[in-house]
Parts: sequence; C-alpha cells; structure tokens
Amino acid sequence: MNTDKVLDAKGLSCPMPVVRSKKAMDEIKTGQVLELHTTDSGALNDIPAWARSANHQVLDHQEENGVYKFWIQKG
Amino acid sequence: MIHAMKPKEAAERIIHGELFILDVRNEVDFADWKIEGKQVESINIPYFDLIDGVETALEEIPQDAKDVLVVCAKEGSSRFVAEQLDEAGLDEVYYLEGGMKAWSEYLHPVKIGDLSDGGSIYQFNRIGKGCLSYLVESNGEAAIIDAARMVEPYISFLEENNLRLTYVMDTHLHADHISGGRKLAEITGGKYYLPPKDAQEVTFTYHPLVEGGTIRIGNTEIAIHPIYSPGHTIGSTSFLLDDQYLLSGDILFVDSIGRPDLAGKAEDWVSDLRYSLYDLYKGLSSDLVVLPAHFGKMNEIEEDGKVSARLGDLFAENEGLQVEDEQDFRKMVTENLPPQPNSYQEIRQTNMGKIVPNEEEQREMEIGPNRCAVHQ
Repeated sequence: MNTDKVLDAKGLSCPMPVVRSKKAMDEIKTGQVLELHTTDSGALNDIPAWARSANHQVLDHQEENGVYKFWIQKG
Repeated sequence: MIHAMKPKEAAERIIHGELFILDVRNEVDFADWKIEGKQVESINIPYFDLIDGVETALEEIPQDAKDVLVVCAKEGSSRFVAEQLDEAGLDEVYYLEGGMKAWSEYLHPVKIGDLSDGGSIYQFNRIGKGCLSYLVESNGEAAIIDAARMVEPYISFLEENNLRLTYVMDTHLHADHISGGRKLAEITGGKYYLPPKDAQEVTFTYHPLVEGGTIRIGNTEIAIHPIYSPGHTIGSTSFLLDDQYLLSGDILFVDSIGRPDLAGKAEDWVSDLRYSLYDLYKGLSSDLVVLPAHFGKMNEIEEDGKVSARLGDLFAENEGLQVEDEQDFRKMVTENLPPQPNSYQEIRQTNMGKIVPNEEEQREMEIGPNRCAVHQ
C-alpha cells in the first residue's frame, strides 16, 4: 500500500496516538495516506471512530506482535 | 483545579449524591456501557473531538453542575480533557482515577445485617459491572459466595477483621465474570465449593455443593443450607442463610429473573427455571431477604447502598414472577433476550480451568455490563 507518511506512536498511551495522528494529518494533503504504528489497544476502536468523526478513511489495519498498524487516508 | 477521583469516591457520590459525567470514550464504547446512577447525568463527547478545544463540552456542561467528572477507558484521555477544561476556566474538575478499567474492578462493601447468633453478612457490590458477592462471618471464620475476579478487596477485609476464610462457594458456573473463588481458596487455604452439575468439565479439584449438607461458619449456629435451584444453569444452587436470607444467585433478582440461555440450552432449562421460581421459591418463607448475585439497574440500589428485597414483595411485584401461563413464561425467557455478556463462552471456559488467560486478557473479557437477567 502507498504510504505518504509514517507515524511511529509505539509505547504512547491514549490520547497520544490520536493526538499525534491528528497532527500528522495536518501535514499531508487530502487523498494522501498516513501509516500509524501504535501499541495502545484502545486504538483499535478509537482510530476508526476518530477517522469517521474527522472524515478520514481507514483503508486497512493489521496487528503484528502487539503492534497495531493503520493506513488512514486524509479526507 | 483538577482532582483525581478514586472509584470509591465516585461510588459514594453515585449512591448518595450527584454527579455530572463527561464521558470522552468513543461513541460505541459509551453506548455499550457507562457509569449510571439515580442522580447522575452523563454526556458523551469523544476526546478526539476535543483536541483542538473544549468549547463544545463547556457549552453542554450545566452552569449549576456541582462536580464534573471526566471519564475515559484508562485515565489518560480524561486527564487530558480535564486539563483543557481547567485552562478554559472550569472551576472544579475531576477525572476518574484508572478510568472505566478501574471502575469495572471496584468492589463496594456494604453491611447487610447481623445474624441471629452473632456474626454478620456483607454485600460486596461491583457497581461498575452489576455483580454482587457476599461475605458471611462468625466467630473469626468467614465464607465468601460468588467472588469477583479481584481477590484483594476480600483479602484486605479478612485481614482487617481478623477472619479466616474457610469456605468459598459459587452459586453456579458464571458466564459474565471470572470467578475469584479458586484463587481465594488457594491463597487462604479455604475449601472451594461448586455445584457438581455445573462442574462436570472443570479441570481442577473442588468440593461438591450438594443439597442436604449444612455448612457451618465459626462454632455458632450459623448455617448455610444449599438448595438446588436449576434454571440459569443446570447446577444453579441457592443458599438459605440463618433462616433469614436467601442468596438467590442468578435465579432471581430484585427487578428481574435469570436468563436460561448462557450455556446454549435455553429450551431445556426453561422448565427448570420456572420450577425453581414458581414452585421451589414459592414454598419458602415470604419474609426471607433475597440477596441476588446481580443488579440490573442502578435504582435497585437502595439509599443505604444495599441491593435486597423481601421474597414476599418480589412475588407481589417482580414482573418475572407474575406470569401465570407456562407458554407465556417460555416465550418471555427465550425471546427478545438482551445480547449475551461479552466473551461469555471464554469466561465459562476460564471458570472451568480449560483456558488460562493472562490478567490483561481476563480484564478485557470482563469489560461491559453483565446481562444475566431477563427484563420485561
């Protein structure tokens, strides 16, 4: 998957993964994709909920060894 | 000023006072499960909608709201929002220490009453999940019934009151929470009793809880008589304590009755449930005080913090006990049931010792309401 920006938020707990993602989104253009890495299990529900609320689209998400990865397209 | 509010203080306010709650979890988690109370008003604005400013929240907080408690899943986001509310000029703002995770695990002990020949009974209310457990003590010995997963509150209570735990009992194989019974028995050396019909697949040794035997606590006349009362599970057992109290497990609640479907055998167990409620319980003294293993709604908690009711009053008022026609009853308890408790199958497996999740996994499995009752 094409990624325009990668955000490593591993080790950060709620609310920081979303706070950092929001900031990262401000730095990319509409249609570009942010790849987020987080270890906070709260992100599983919160990232999609935040994306819906902010009009972004979660294109995909995966879990690998306790790391949750999200690909979020800026809306 | 920002203050941390411990679950204990939140519980006191929820039972006896007023609270305005700003829940900053996502909408799905809020809709699934939240803090409720008679004098509790709550609104939901997810924290991710408050990152750039808290004006929308400030507009919705009433001017006369006494104390504002910000709540999230684990604490971090509620602190984040509370700090912003403080900066925006809100006078007194609290965040829930440990978040909903800690709230779900908090046990609130309330003394129910004295026993006839010395000794007393306490109700440990897990308010965040609606689970009730009991500690009976007499002459330096104690029994615990339907223990929650968190054993520390019971252990501290036993130590503070110089009690030796001799019996640990579960009224049935639980599907909504992980029983702390086995762990308590291991730590204290007490005996762990389970109804044998619910324990056929357990992987550990236990003592069978059978009718007819009497369990004595201390050397007084305090007696606990097990009564086989199937329906919620095939083994469900009630306890008659001191001829005063009926510990009804998940068979009968203050405002509802148990559901028969959590082991996937609703059709088979409906007639058992009806027999236990409409024949067996009906034959008991109407002056017994019913002490259930759950409450469903916050209004079941009385002003004094107790959840209990006179059996005779329940036969007059509890809607689950007013269904004359057997077919109507069958319909009521098998149709329109609420969703199953979260992870109920894994919880049953854990309580049988078949799977051994770690603490964090156990916590995740238990998140959410108990959903063990049939409400009309």
